[in-house]
Amino acid sequence: MLQIRNLRKKYEDLQVINGINVDIESNKTTVIIGPSGSGKTTLLRSLNLLTIPDSGDISMNDSTLHFGEKQPLQKKQIIEFRKKTGMVFQSFNLFSHRTVIENIIEGPVTVLKKKKAEAIQEGMALLEKVGLAEKANQYPRQLSGGQQQRVAIARALAMKPEVLLFDEPTSALDPELEIEVLEIIRTLVKEHYTIVIVTHKMGFAKEVADHVIFLENGNILEQGSFSSLCQSGNERINKFLTSLQ
Amino acid sequence: MLNERVINILQESFFKILIPGITYTIPLTLVSFAIGLFLAILVALVQVSNVRVLNPLVKFYVWIIRGTPLLVQMFIIFFGLPSLGIMLNSIVAAIIAFSLNVGAYASETLRAAILSVPAGQIEAGSSLGMNYFQVLHRIILPQAFKVSVPPLFNSFISLVKDTSLASSITVTEMFMVSQRIAAKTYEPLALYCEVAVIYLIFCTVLTKVQHRTEKWLKLEQG
Repeated sequence: MLQIRNLRKKYEDLQVINGINVDIESNKTTVIIGPSGSGKTTLLRSLNLLTIPDSGDISMNDSTLHFGEKQPLQKKQIIEFRKKTGMVFQSFNLFSHRTVIENIIEGPVTVLKKKKAEAIQEGMALLEKVGLAEKANQYPRQLSGGQQQRVAIARALAMKPEVLLFDEPTSALDPELEIEVLEIIRTLVKEHYTIVIVTHKMGFAKEVADHVIFLENGNILEQGSFSSLCQSGNERINKFLTSLQ
Repeated sequence: MLNERVINILQESFFKILIPGITYTIPLTLVSFAIGLFLAILVALVQVSNVRVLNPLVKFYVWIIRGTPLLVQMFIIFFGLPSLGIMLNSIVAAIIAFSLNVGAYASETLRAAILSVPAGQIEAGSSLGMNYFQVLHRIILPQAFKVSVPPLFNSFISLVKDTSLASSITVTEMFMVSQRIAAKTYEPLALYCEVAVIYLIFCTVLTKVQHRTEKWLKLEQG
């Protein structure tokens, strides 16, 4: 569903992503792992165009975005692409001036031009799904971190994206709150959403990943199933996996 | 000092001063603040959106207004411009000077408030596919507005008192009226203290309004 070809991104002198080629398959869960500063988050943000790569291509279904052309990307292209890719942030980023349900209907109403009543109905169903229907009219600050992240997942789902992107979704949470967020992600995996997750939780990666990408210094060191990665014999990867388990 | 004569003068003059307060000071403040705030929003948006051509212009405007005394600006507009054939009614001249002033100072307040909105909020909006104006209108401005309420009230309260400067370009607002009565009765201390008290009452009411507004905003939106 997503083809990433020769993707590069440089910040000043630092080559964060160095010519990456990946295929993200539909209805599968892809997990990106690797040490800090390896370019995981930059790669994920490129898939939502929050970071615009310097060069390379990203294709989704039949449309392809070429980066680094003389003609910069049109705003409309960027927006169309973002509508199809739902992002869940490490720090939740719920709109602090909006209630839970208002957070969820914001995208459908403002961007997709849905009727408000319809958006609320769908939004309530999503809140039901993440177990927070009774919090619909509260503000983000009244919720725990875990609850905020569950709302953020519902907000991303409300756009009915073709792919869901998770950027270290539990890194900002206490272990006990982490469980409730992982539980929701697990449900989505079982429902065969197309998912890309950046995470440091190796246990979780092993459990949900259909495909694992190991990044280091902006390059893919290895990719495949979790078990194939463990058996790859690559010293660097073995060391990383054992240190985190 | 507070003999019967002075008390009588204070009593008689109270409404004579309060009435121009209601007919001049308050409208002058409200109209100038409204125009000034509108200007400030435009100036702040030009600056944060870095609009070409306009950006250096608004920077120049803020620089001039903040770098010169309000009283001097008023004299230039009212007494100076007629040399160029521009004759302005004293109230219009005062409104122009006050609006330009509020516009410059409040634009800095708004600019800072807009920049204080966390990047994550903007990214969350963009990630949903919102365009720049939708993010600005739906996410940035509502949050920035809340942050800017206390400093904007500061400007508003300052403006109430600054309107007394309009007396120097012949506007018969509260201070001008109290000056006249003081000159007639030879009781400057009593009269100027009286007009000070009336300004204080106006500003106290505004401070209460500010507290109410802040409380309401807190209840309304986190």
